[in-house]
Amino acid sequence: MDIRALNLSIGKRVLVEQLNWRVQPGECWCIIGRNGAGKSTLLRTLAGLRPIQSGQVSLRDKVLQDWPLTQLARERSFLPQGRADAFAYSALDTVLSARHPYQDTHYWENSDDMELAMTALRDLDVADLAERDVRSLSGGERQRVAIAALLAQDAQWMLLDEPANALDLGHQVSVMQLFARLCTEKNKAVVMVSHDLNMAYRIATHALLLMGDGSWQAGPADSIFNAEQLSACLGHPIERFRHGEQTLFLPQN
Amino acid sequence: MTVSLSSSRLRGQIRNMTVARRAGVVLPILLMAALGSVLFACVCGSVSLSLGELWQALLELLNGAPTTLPGSLLELRLGRALTGFVTGATLALAGVMMQALLRNPLADPYVLGISGGASVGALATILFFGSFWLVDVAAFAGAIAVALLLFGLAYHDLRGAGSTDGSAPVLLLTGVIVATGCGALITLMLSIAPDSRLRGMVFWMIGDLSNTQSRYVPWLILAVVLLFAMRNARSVNIAAMHADNASTLGVNIGRLRQLLFLCSALLTASAVSNAGSIGFVGLIMPHICRFAWGADHRLLIPAATLAGGCFLVLADTVARTVVAPQQLPVGVITAMVGVPLFLLQLHQLQRR
Repeated sequence: MDIRALNLSIGKRVLVEQLNWRVQPGECWCIIGRNGAGKSTLLRTLAGLRPIQSGQVSLRDKVLQDWPLTQLARERSFLPQGRADAFAYSALDTVLSARHPYQDTHYWENSDDMELAMTALRDLDVADLAERDVRSLSGGERQRVAIAALLAQDAQWMLLDEPANALDLGHQVSVMQLFARLCTEKNKAVVMVSHDLNMAYRIATHALLLMGDGSWQAGPADSIFNAEQLSACLGHPIERFRHGEQTLFLPQN
Repeated sequence: MTVSLSSSRLRGQIRNMTVARRAGVVLPILLMAALGSVLFACVCGSVSLSLGELWQALLELLNGAPTTLPGSLLELRLGRALTGFVTGATLALAGVMMQALLRNPLADPYVLGISGGASVGALATILFFGSFWLVDVAAFAGAIAVALLLFGLAYHDLRGAGSTDGSAPVLLLTGVIVATGCGALITLMLSIAPDSRLRGMVFWMIGDLSNTQSRYVPWLILAVVLLFAMRNARSVNIAAMHADNASTLGVNIGRLRQLLFLCSALLTASAVSNAGSIGFVGLIMPHICRFAWGADHRLLIPAATLAGGCFLVLADTVARTVVAPQQLPVGVITAMVGVPLFLLQLHQLQRR
């Protein structure tokens, strides 16, 4: 995924200016920034949900707008921040719906789709909720079902808007490790928005800081995750510690 | 991340869950029920026919113009039952599509004022010309005019740019306002109408099958839209689940919404110009089918269509037999069945 000279603005506010950025298979990117810095806007733009004002986004050397929607859906998936469920679909229905790009003109899904969907639900530890009405699930359960759907879509590039949202600590860790594994073992590319620096540092190979005034910084996680740059980015002094094997980031009092 | 389900039990669960299997059971039953309801409507009435008489009458009807009493009765009743079926099926399908379009299970084919436009057209024709054959055409034209107006006003909204919950709020608001405007025009016409025409106007609005003729056009419209809806049933599911984000799954959400709107408007116009605004079929039938067999549109679209037709045929049979020889407008029956059913469902929804 190749982003060239991308400009993002909402109204008169400039969010990102002249972004040149490259995401390659096997990389796990974390986008960090303050509220309203344009993280979600950037992600939605990459997902093709927002028209591109100026600049270019291309995937596999082909401009995003030129991709047929169905083919594109097999290449990249998108996890939105929240969802409003209007109808009584079962959790399994929502996961199976992610197989849509592969089903061509078939009316029903086949057993492979079903197998994949159940595997995804099991991976996210929600197989026992398969038949539940999605509107009756708790926030964290709903989020895990949504991530299961994302896995079932089986795309090379995964765009995630706060995937650990509403998850309990144990599931936050396991979900994040799952994404890290997908990058290293299956050579997928992950771009995620996250507010949890500690969790992000554990799994990210690269990071993109959005400063909120249009400037940005991108690079390998080790060079980006330093106290000084993070403090500037988030607008609050942050300290970096080492604790045994782990690196921790804490806000100063 | 461990799951304590044994694989055999899991496979059993999967088998229970597939919608395809459910459809294989539900749809044939509904098809039988539809045939049964039409048969019931043919047999019931002020003079009831035995099955033997019905068979004779049917043969007579197939051979040409009927000469005996059973033959004429069958011709009348069958025509009315078929009109009832196509109207009910059309309304239920329009309801399913409108609910998916607005992502609101409480929407019905009338919520956007398309039936209001039909009413304005029909009542104006009755009021100013009094001629009854023009009424249907005027109603159809009124409905299409309102639909096109809405389409123009909410074009941007339909394309699905912006709103993250994708409930098409501009379309809904515009439709409700247009419906209110139509309501005012209807009240105005009713208040200045001479007494001689008032009865016809009121009866048109309640919705009635007694004065309708058998036509091919409603069947054609129903068939074409049903085919379109079933071909796109998977996309409709995704639009209903994911709103604007449906495009990340490969659904051209803007075009799908536009087509859903145009199709449900066409269906509504067809049903309303054929039989007046019969209430509650388009709201209740999708709801009941969804409640019974799940929200998957691949099953819901054909199931609600069949169930809607079946329901209206039965309701009309009740309407013309319950206080015979007096005939009630079928809209009264559907409302009397629909209101308590709907309240019950709403109550259950809240409790859950």
